[in-house]
Amino acid sequence: MSLVKLTLRELQERFTRGEVSAFEIVRAYYLRISLVEAKVKAYVTVNDKETVFAEAQALDKELKAWRKTLPLMAMPVAIKDNICTAGMRTTCGSRMLEGYVPPYDATVVQALRAQRCVIIGKTNLDEFAMGSSTEHSAFGPTRNPWKLSHVPGGSSGGSAAAVAADECVAALGSDTGGSIRQPAACCGVVGLKPTYGRVSRYGLVAFASSLDQIGPITKDVMDAAILLNILAGRDPRDSTSADVPVPDFTRAFKKKDVKKLKIGVPVEYFGEGLDAEVREAVQAALEVLEQLGGELQEVSLPHTNVAVATYYLLATAEASSNLARYDGVKYGLRSKHHQDLLEMYCRTRQEGFGPEVKRRIMLGTFALSRGYYEAYYAKAQAVRTLITQDFDTAFQSVDFLITPVMPTPAFRLGEKLDDPLQMYLADIYTLSASLAGIPAIAIPCGFSRQGLPIGIQFMGRPFEEETILRAARAYELATQWRQKRPPIREK
Amino acid sequence: MRYEPVIGLEVHAQLQTRTKLFCGCRTTFGLDPNTQTCPVCLGLPGALPVINEKAVELAIRTGLALHCTIRRLNRFARKNYFYPDLPKGYQISQYEEPICEHGWLEVSVNGTWKRVRIRRAHLEEDAGKTIHMEHVTSSLVDLNRAGTPLLEIVTEPDLQSSEEVVAYLKALRDILRYLDVCDGNMEQGSLRCEPNLSLRPVGSSQLGTKVELKNINSFKFVKDAIDYEIARQTRVLEEGGTIQQETRLWDWDRGKTVVMRGKEEAHDYRYFPDPDLVPVHVSEDWIAQVEATLPELPQARQRRLMTQYGLPEYDASVLTSERALADYFEACVALFPDAKTVSHFVMGELLREVKQTGGSVEASPVTPAHLAELLKLVESGVISLKVARELFPELYATGKSPAQVVEEKGLQQISDEGMLRSWIEEVLRTNPNQVAQYCRGKETVLGFFVGQVMKASGGKANPQKVNELLRQVLAAWKEA
Repeated sequence: MSLVKLTLRELQERFTRGEVSAFEIVRAYYLRISLVEAKVKAYVTVNDKETVFAEAQALDKELKAWRKTLPLMAMPVAIKDNICTAGMRTTCGSRMLEGYVPPYDATVVQALRAQRCVIIGKTNLDEFAMGSSTEHSAFGPTRNPWKLSHVPGGSSGGSAAAVAADECVAALGSDTGGSIRQPAACCGVVGLKPTYGRVSRYGLVAFASSLDQIGPITKDVMDAAILLNILAGRDPRDSTSADVPVPDFTRAFKKKDVKKLKIGVPVEYFGEGLDAEVREAVQAALEVLEQLGGELQEVSLPHTNVAVATYYLLATAEASSNLARYDGVKYGLRSKHHQDLLEMYCRTRQEGFGPEVKRRIMLGTFALSRGYYEAYYAKAQAVRTLITQDFDTAFQSVDFLITPVMPTPAFRLGEKLDDPLQMYLADIYTLSASLAGIPAIAIPCGFSRQGLPIGIQFMGRPFEEETILRAARAYELATQWRQKRPPIREK
Repeated sequence: MRYEPVIGLEVHAQLQTRTKLFCGCRTTFGLDPNTQTCPVCLGLPGALPVINEKAVELAIRTGLALHCTIRRLNRFARKNYFYPDLPKGYQISQYEEPICEHGWLEVSVNGTWKRVRIRRAHLEEDAGKTIHMEHVTSSLVDLNRAGTPLLEIVTEPDLQSSEEVVAYLKALRDILRYLDVCDGNMEQGSLRCEPNLSLRPVGSSQLGTKVELKNINSFKFVKDAIDYEIARQTRVLEEGGTIQQETRLWDWDRGKTVVMRGKEEAHDYRYFPDPDLVPVHVSEDWIAQVEATLPELPQARQRRLMTQYGLPEYDASVLTSERALADYFEACVALFPDAKTVSHFVMGELLREVKQTGGSVEASPVTPAHLAELLKLVESGVISLKVARELFPELYATGKSPAQVVEEKGLQQISDEGMLRSWIEEVLRTNPNQVAQYCRGKETVLGFFVGQVMKASGGKANPQKVNELLRQVLAAWKEA
């Protein structure tokens, strides 16, 4: 079996046993990228091959003398291009930052480098992580490896597609309203959004600060836990990172069932708008979970219907402020066409931002404006509290929740590009967990007749990632969805 | 109709922390542009703020000294506006929930005390500096100052004249300095003041339209700008005009205020809670700890100096205008209890030297112990008061001990009776005519004899002792 088909855990075992060298690993991945990347377009930047090869050879040489490996050593990991990498451009999928090279590493990137992990490239995304299809990238869309005519989801579409197409062993994404889980579902891979505060945001280019979380996109649930072990923890540079003990998440897999666990099925997530194939796949998954010892229970999250409105007020309000720094003064694009300061600001932002980013900046600016603040921003904050309370109530009677990830499988490129509202509804099942700050994981649970993956979402109590990891792993091992590979042909 | 001014004051005090409000960069003034910066204060993508606890502590310290209520749960807000020296496109500040509220400060104006209410004081970060160059179309930005902690202290509109404003500002500055919270330097911009001012008919309780004044960087300009603005608004109203709500800049060169922006150009700052920061909890314990370290404040100290040492109000107010000066005075009095004499030397000799050399009281080479030593030499008759005064500049310049300098220069007075008697007898012997005059009752020649003895001793004889002995010797001669 080709090296690139292995999971991170499998590859790591081979590497640790000395069966494969770091150089062989990176060579295999660069070969794979050269064969499929032109079709998938998962990357904005592929790291310089010669540099990576040299580093891998150096690592192999060191290891001859000192045979101790680390969990991510030599593992080729891709990073979403809104996470800062020192010396490697970080574009956020925007013209605004096309040539921007950060002088510092994000805390999560530091953690990866400390593992001697190989940062193989920076993945494509909707501009500033605003979108659900990766079509809003200034550098062109990424394709779904299962069907190149379809979107990979978004905004972490590049990361999800890269993992699905074996262009990296695992990837980092960021999730603000579903941007890890929704593309993972579209591409048939695993995507985990940790509890808000579990992973440091330092170095993640902010979209909506109170919602943004970095998390792993991987080939299976085991790999997600291995990565989360490295990413999680309090960071003194991020005031919102939580001072909560970090367990070894892989220990959650000691139990290979869901015995004695109560599984909540929120009625609001199975109503109108849910595609029949998705509904069937999720319902079948619920039966599997029942067979694994779980006890199903219907629950209600009554404020689900206002989550989209709440999210789009809060996220855009924060974004309008977070994106104010792109003014052409300090870094990034500065328009050449200006006579004075005001014109420099206007032209720079006009030329630098794409239509979706502009739309959200305007929405958010409006929501915060004098005379509208109370009716929009303040009201949305109050509703956010109600949504959080819905979950608190549900978690008093159940241990985790099961829902679809997305109302439909991945859609065609261009299908929703001209209809922002339809696009926003692609995140309808993922927004609430972001608003409530709770952990959620998306894993494959079937395929549509068209051959597109379908995902299922597990949502848990804050800082109880172990519960959803255990349940998701138990389900993953009981089913065979992981075995199916995208039909993409190497060329 | 007669009008009276109603004035409120916003003061921005730069807090004396070692590092900035939300990052680890130094706050040192006057370094090369953009050298005191990091991803956080440059507003680089992905960087996040972390609150500097020391700044919160200094805010609590100030709040307690100004009799404010201290908020227990402190949130920060973003104030959004575009300006080249504002790297994030927003300033992190406090909006609806300031850390200090409902305080007051008493100030003395022409001998009467007035209580000025403090509405609020809140923490915020400073912006950088935009440097406009002559004959060049582009401007330069220096972000060294960006992120420096400020405390904005806002009064109620309780002030009614430029004198009151200046008195308030000086009292506030003295307190901030006493607290080691702010160096109070208006010229360097570490203390900035923005008055807002309106007029209303005398006797009316309604407020008029207010004008905000900016660009005032000395006590003199505060007074000038307010006096100008009162006169301008009075003229407008008397001519039947109306006051526009606007922000005006003080143009010190032309001695007038000019419009900076009108009401319609006022920003909508779109304040909202900063999601990058968690609320700062100020516990009862923390407040108690800060309270325990509060120094005695200038006004209380002034009153104490008057009662404890019997100093006049003027002396007490000069000595307490600066904490170091009052500390110096009290340290010296502890060693030499004649408070009046100490006060004269401190206010006279010491302040003169400090001013002339551009030094500071804390760093005075003449320590309180030195000054006490010097005054003891006077008291015990080793040197005269005159010599002590003359010696002070040298002591200040060299930092040497007074006893040592007196010794080295041989400035000790001679009080030895045997020595003095031999000079006296010599003088009397060589001036028989004057002795005869004295014996006939002309006592004024005594001064002549003293002068001669002093001359004979090379100026070192103790004049009091000489006087005393002369009378004894002459009385003996008269009898013989």
